[in-house]
Amino acid sequence: MVSNRGSRLKNSVPMPKQQIENRVQNFSEVAKGYSIEQAITEAERCLQCPKPLCVKGCPVEVDIPAFIKCIVEGEFKTAIKIVKDKNSLPAICGRVCPQEQQCQKFCVLGKKFEPIAIGRLERFVADFEPETGSKINEKPPSTGKKVAIIGSGPAGLTAAADLAKRGHEVVLFEALHKPGGVLMYGIPEFRMPKNVVRAEIDYIKKLGVTIEMDVVIGSMYTIDELFKQGFDAVFIGTGAGLPRFLGIPGENLCGIYSANEFLIRVNLMRAYEFPKYDTPVKVGKKVAVIGGGNVAMDAARSALRLGADEVYIVYRRSRNEAPARQEELENTEEEGIIFKFLTNPVRFIGNDAGWVKEMECLKMNLGKPDESGRRRPVPIKNSEFIMKVSTVIVAIGQSPNPLIPQTTKALKITKYGTIEVNEETGETSIKGVYAGGDIVSGAATVISAMGAGKKAARAIHKYLMNKERNKKLENAYARS
Amino acid sequence: MNKIVKKEILAQGIKLLEVEAPQISKKTQPGQFLVLRIDEKGERMPLTIFDADFTKGTVKIIFQEVGKTTVQLGQLKVGDHILNLMGPLGNPSNIKNYGHVIIIGGGVGIALAYPITKALKRAGNKITSILGARTEALLILEDKMRDLSDKLYVTTDDGSKGHHGFVTDILKELIEKEKIDLVHAVGPTVMMRAVARVTKPNRIKTIVSLNPIMLDGTGMCGGCRVTIGGKTKFCCVDGPEFDAHLVDFNQLMTRLSMYLDEEKVALQVLKKKGVNGV
Ligand SMILES: Cc1cc2nc3c(=O)[nH]c(=O)nc-3n(C[C@H](O)[C@H](O)[C@H](O)COP(=O)(O)OP(=O)(O)OC[C@H]3O[C@@H](n4cnc5c(N)ncnc54)[C@H](O)[C@@H]3O)c2cc1C
Ligand SMILES: Cc1cc2nc3c(=O)[nH]c(=O)nc-3n(C[C@H](O)[C@H](O)[C@H](O)COP(=O)(O)OP(=O)(O)OC[C@H]3O[C@@H](n4cnc5c(N)ncnc54)[C@H](O)[C@@H]3O)c2cc1C
Ligand code: SF4
Ligand code: SF4
Ligand code: FES
Repeated sequence: MVSNRGSRLKNSVPMPKQQIENRVQNFSEVAKGYSIEQAITEAERCLQCPKPLCVKGCPVEVDIPAFIKCIVEGEFKTAIKIVKDKNSLPAICGRVCPQEQQCQKFCVLGKKFEPIAIGRLERFVADFEPETGSKINEKPPSTGKKVAIIGSGPAGLTAAADLAKRGHEVVLFEALHKPGGVLMYGIPEFRMPKNVVRAEIDYIKKLGVTIEMDVVIGSMYTIDELFKQGFDAVFIGTGAGLPRFLGIPGENLCGIYSANEFLIRVNLMRAYEFPKYDTPVKVGKKVAVIGGGNVAMDAARSALRLGADEVYIVYRRSRNEAPARQEELENTEEEGIIFKFLTNPVRFIGNDAGWVKEMECLKMNLGKPDESGRRRPVPIKNSEFIMKVSTVIVAIGQSPNPLIPQTTKALKITKYGTIEVNEETGETSIKGVYAGGDIVSGAATVISAMGAGKKAARAIHKYLMNKERNKKLENAYARS
Repeated sequence: MNKIVKKEILAQGIKLLEVEAPQISKKTQPGQFLVLRIDEKGERMPLTIFDADFTKGTVKIIFQEVGKTTVQLGQLKVGDHILNLMGPLGNPSNIKNYGHVIIIGGGVGIALAYPITKALKRAGNKITSILGARTEALLILEDKMRDLSDKLYVTTDDGSKGHHGFVTDILKELIEKEKIDLVHAVGPTVMMRAVARVTKPNRIKTIVSLNPIMLDGTGMCGGCRVTIGGKTKFCCVDGPEFDAHLVDFNQLMTRLSMYLDEEKVALQVLKKKGVNGV
């Protein structure tokens, strides 16, 4: 059981990583994951609190002390079972959850020492699973109900899995040619190996979910048509896939990408293997990435790996306000990417051939906090300066995808373009239609999208079963 | 997987494929396009849906072999499959009775103009068509377009057929002698720019169908952005048709040249494998 209590380590076991010199030249995963010994050592640090605060910080309430205890005892199979009870994509969450703002933020150890590396332990048990062999429990009896899931990101995948487990027939529609949403097209291989995503998707297929690719709901079928085809309920998990631009002069010059375009080319289309793969991407010697979130870090680190000499992150606030995960900020800095904080571009300048060559920026100061609670950047007068650039990647956020709202008139949307839902159930303004993930919350996190998928699955199940019951009652009354 | 059920060579390097795509065939409206990917390593390529037959569950595409993907597509035979086919995408053309419509098709653009012409004809418009090609051998769909047109002109750059010169020469003549309610032009960007320059001073409403480089085709990447009346639009979801007088054609042409070097490399790799296209 919990051993070496006296000699408890103050710091968590560091994550083994690929050497910096090597990793900036390949797309393989940077963080290699704990060994068995490292995992047990880290797990032993846990106090096994009777009232664990860490669990409160986890949006899906993974029973953290219980699974950690299993690691200490070498019971990895049980550990993964405990995690999967609440979180169907642990290999993914263990890697990309912003743990320092969630579970680990509340860990009591964190008051004095480093908190338990809960994410790393979760990843450890999830990665360990393929070797111990995961079996799908027997299929539940069919309810005869059919649910359509739109979008195969974490929200859609989770809703699909939970509904299939409850015996519903589930069809998942995805617009792109590969399922996984942002996990597939957005987050790069070096942070989110695609075989991990594929394994999770295989698991969902094994549960009996049918996945149909190349289907854009809204244009190929409308939501009305899905009901006409015999679906009893619909879940919309179409994400926030629309790239925002700065709206400043020169933004359509050649060499300026949205982060989405850049990352889709690199991740989904594998431009880093051009010409073996057909899709190219242009990376010049000097790359500037605009933004301070995970997306900006991913784009910058990808550009470095594609051969840029210098990569800059240009962010209008300071490091403290940068929304990227702590770990990724550190990785990005380690790799030699240059941060230009409190800097905001105001204009792009092109050469005669129409390619971006310079970027005019303004220096910023931090003012009073804005509605996001972070201090608002205020431009400093006459602080303009010019940066030479050959490629620019704009990573200032994504908006909700408007395709479905546009083609589904009865669907209520907010002024931000997100879908309005009942917080508790995910139910939209249309009966039998539910929504969750970034399409409801605006660009957020993998785990919150999953949480929304889970909630909606529960509500959809209840809705379908009630419907069934009412039908039976009606029939009974009709007969009596 | 989408099976090819028919293949035709319309002119040197211009081919037609009929492909099984039941759901797309049911939904297609004139002016819409699809995005295809030939195989696992392929790029996503937009092509206009030339025709859709929902009773057979097929769509037809016509393409010109200009680079790696179109040449590779041209190598496929009846019975082969296209890995991914997604659509219909983009806004349908605004079809109504305008009165007298001039349709201008340049090169493979004639194929793109055809479904729109058909719909405009059905809506009761008087149709005058101007078809342009580099040379007679590259002129496609002349008969089909003639069937739909009240009057049809042909121009070739080398004078091998019809008027020796550009589509805009005929357009200028027509503007002088006839009342024109709408001009719809599809073809190379330079041609569309030239048409816009002719109709703008004459205040004739002109629609062009733009063809920037696309990636997803669903509004996710912004790679297809074009400047329309000073505002940035995503061609795949806001277009592909726009008011010609508001389009920044020069920017479109520059952006189309973004991957010239890479396109050459890709084609060379294909040629090394012994594929040369037609
Ligand atoms: C580069 C990048 C890095 C990130 N890093 C992190 C991180 O480290 N940690 C973290 O927690 N979060 C991170 N995020 C955010 C996180 O990925 C998202 O919050 C999450 O993926 C949202 O899930 P979702 O299921 O709502 O939508 P998405 O993952 O966006 O999936 C939506 C899917 O729906 C499909 N779709 C859209 N419209 C239609 C339609 N009409 N018909 C059919 N299909 C459609 C899309 O093609 C897409 O596949 C990152 C995001 C990006 C872009
Ligand atoms: C909405 C839309 C509909 C289209 N419909 C058709 C169609 O019905 N038939 C057809 O033949 N083509 C059509 N195109 C153009 C077609 O997509 C391109 O020709 C194709 O992507 C070229 O790919 P490639 O690999 O063969 O050539 P590449 O190697 O990519 O390009 C070779 C040459 O073609 C030029 N080129 C590249 N992309 C385009 C483009 N989008 N438009 C024009 N020139 C380009 C390049 O500048 C280069 O000189 C359409 C484009 C769009 C955006
Ligand atoms: S799912 Fe995320 S927040 Fe919850 S325990 Fe795992 S890493 Fe922490
Ligand atoms: S709060 Fe920290 S120490 Fe306590 S149970 Fe949770 S992880 Fe362990
Ligand atoms: S092709 Fe990506 S937004 Fe239009």
